[in-house]
Amino acid sequence: MSENHPKHAAGEHGRPDHKDPHHPSPAEEETAAVVSVDTAGGAMEPSAVPATAQSGQLPGGPDTLLRRIFTGSGMVSVLAVLLALIIGGLLIASTDKQVATTATYFFARPTDFLSAVWTAATRSYIALFQGSVFNPRGNSVAAQFAPFMETLTIATPLITAGLGVALAFRAGLFNIGAQGQIIVAGILAAWVGFALNLPLGLHLLLVLVAGIIGGALWGGLVGVLKARTGAHEVILTIMFNYIALYFLRYLLNTPAFQRPGESNPISPILDATAVYPQIFGSQYRLHLGFILAIGATVLVWWLLNRSTLGFEFRAVGANPKAAQTAGINVSRSTILVMAIAGGLAGMSGVAQVAGTEKVLTDGVAATYGFDAITVALLGRSTPWGTFAAGLLFGAFRAGAVQMQIQTGTPIDIVLVVQSLIVLFIAAPPLVRAVFGLNPRRKKPARAAKSRQAATTGGAA
Amino acid sequence: MTSLRSHLKRGSVAGLATVGATALVLAGCGAPPEAGTNSTAGATDYTGCIVSDSGGFDDQSFNQSSYEGLKKAEADLGIKVNQVESKTNNDFEPNLRAMVTAGCDLTLTIGFLLGDSTKEQAAANPDSHFAIVDYQYDPAIANVKPIIYDTAQAAFLAGYLAAGTTKTGTVATFGGVKIPTVTIFMDGYADGVKYYNEQKGKDVKLLGWNKDAQDGSFTGDFEKQDVGKQLTQNFLDQGADIVMPVAGPVGKGAGAALKEAKAAGKDVKLIWVDSDGYLTAPDYKDIMLSSVMKTMGDAVEAVVKDDKEGNFSNTPYVGTLANEGVKLAPFHDLDSQVPAELKSELEQIEKDIVDGKLKVESKASPKA
Repeated sequence: MSENHPKHAAGEHGRPDHKDPHHPSPAEEETAAVVSVDTAGGAMEPSAVPATAQSGQLPGGPDTLLRRIFTGSGMVSVLAVLLALIIGGLLIASTDKQVATTATYFFARPTDFLSAVWTAATRSYIALFQGSVFNPRGNSVAAQFAPFMETLTIATPLITAGLGVALAFRAGLFNIGAQGQIIVAGILAAWVGFALNLPLGLHLLLVLVAGIIGGALWGGLVGVLKARTGAHEVILTIMFNYIALYFLRYLLNTPAFQRPGESNPISPILDATAVYPQIFGSQYRLHLGFILAIGATVLVWWLLNRSTLGFEFRAVGANPKAAQTAGINVSRSTILVMAIAGGLAGMSGVAQVAGTEKVLTDGVAATYGFDAITVALLGRSTPWGTFAAGLLFGAFRAGAVQMQIQTGTPIDIVLVVQSLIVLFIAAPPLVRAVFGLNPRRKKPARAAKSRQAATTGGAA
Repeated sequence: MTSLRSHLKRGSVAGLATVGATALVLAGCGAPPEAGTNSTAGATDYTGCIVSDSGGFDDQSFNQSSYEGLKKAEADLGIKVNQVESKTNNDFEPNLRAMVTAGCDLTLTIGFLLGDSTKEQAAANPDSHFAIVDYQYDPAIANVKPIIYDTAQAAFLAGYLAAGTTKTGTVATFGGVKIPTVTIFMDGYADGVKYYNEQKGKDVKLLGWNKDAQDGSFTGDFEKQDVGKQLTQNFLDQGADIVMPVAGPVGKGAGAALKEAKAAGKDVKLIWVDSDGYLTAPDYKDIMLSSVMKTMGDAVEAVVKDDKEGNFSNTPYVGTLANEGVKLAPFHDLDSQVPAELKSELEQIEKDIVDGKLKVESKASPKA
């Protein structure tokens, strides 16, 4: 009892459950100092989105490599996807006609019912796979890989917008504003694309720059307001999304953004000099934007893990007050991180208007800005995790089309699966419990000890 | 008697449970079908396909009615139907590509947003046929048939009807988004009111749309019913008693505001658009004066039938009063409130429009 006492007084006042924190990975050792400052501060709540610290810190249990893999954040992501797919499969089966028919004579021939369930779910997922990765029925190698190219195409805006959201997460900012940032970027990029006449190369470059600046301005403005006035970034970004959308709709009702002789709210098609070249020729939609998305991922990785600026971002994310005390300019960091996040989302806007759509409509951002939040969450706010999550969601989106056509499964099922993924990621213990991966309870002796510790800690 | 009743009451919960359980068990007790009875009524190889815009096939508007038209063709003509919904604008091109690859004879696309993608796929697949609803190409494309509507003709009748029925001398309209397929309703409505004033020497006012300035009241989208309700409330405050919302589901907001006004003792009426609101928005039956209908389902079925019989042409199908592609719905419950004289005048105007004696023009009218 008295042995435990000083330990608590030293570091964990009033927080006995934070005893011996495991640092999730060596890569985060840089922030360890800040984290410890956080716990020492005691009264401070950790930042709203401590993406790096959410999991991996399991109480007790031997820290073997295998255990780390299975209980660590990466595994939870994978299991969350798996679980969501299983439930999605059951949902598909429950709406299937054959399943409904066979259910009426379940007791007479249960195998029919079970095989119908199995067929319904697998048929849809096979179609999903064929629509997103490899279609064996294609009549040439090129056609067989066309689905995968489509996946990469759809993943492109998801990856860049996801990186923007992830970067802000790491700095402790819940950036809901990717949607608006994509829209503003799309407006500027599209305008440069259809209104200006410039030579090949320069035109596209200017489109890209305009888009990135547009997104960065829209994001940076949120950063400025937060840094200067303390307004909450969630409210700001949500409202900025609306402003961007209604501004876009207004513009599309002005002749400057309409096609000559038409009054539909759709812009002229972008000049041929202003669009991304297609990487593998015109048979696929995959465009240069994907290469840039890879570049952006590398850049964000470098920024976060190798640069001073990235360290400041993460320090602010871990604990802004401690960061301030340590001499970091929190205001500057907030503005910068929102601007960079906006710029990344802006790349998605460019990928839309210069890559796939080639026109500006009020649906230019689709739902990418919101999907990006899911992507960043699934990717655990790490650059390469976001990249992988972007690919996965791209595959879902691409495959959903094929699934709908081949099997009649509504495209909404993909949305359900996406939402389930978020749900499960938000509750790692639930996922672990489902797969029986929750760490075993502490030995009774230790548990008793820590209970004692808790009471004494509270008394002290 | 009472004891029996109480007994029944007490037993009812358990009884219900038993019935429920039995039903569940019985539901699973049906006889399995004989193996190997596969009924395929495949009468034809013709496949008609449809790609929605982001509204989906349950949008209570043109996606839905076009889809229903295709489903009707499936039932009546025995064709195969392939459908795919677009969730976002990004889905248009992959969806269209997938449809063409799936071997569709005719692919139907809905709305101007699909215009570019349809054009592209039509050029890449000159042997496939396409039809696009509510959009027209200039110049025309050889293998795309536009399905468009001269809605102003029917809306003209609605405007005349409203002007002839109003008690306050003020009628109103508002739109969802300022696009040609919406403003064409408002243009026709405005002209109908104007024509009534000219004929009768009256001064019925129209709120919410100025045809000359091509500007008026819009809710901004086809979703927010509360905005529609607010707008309608404003119109009522300015003395209007008949409102025509051209905003899809947002029209229900107008309906709600009018119902409240009616409950407060005002004599107000609603004019629906696209479909016969008496049937599709039955909540507002008692205030539903009429509807400006676009019979898209019939048009879609007719286009599919022509193509199936080898009579495809890229000449636009233009829905008019003459071919009943657009029309004014019956007055249903409010029939008694429309004077017989007004009815016969409306019939005469319809005849004049069909004969070409009376020209209804809108900036958004289909280009001949």
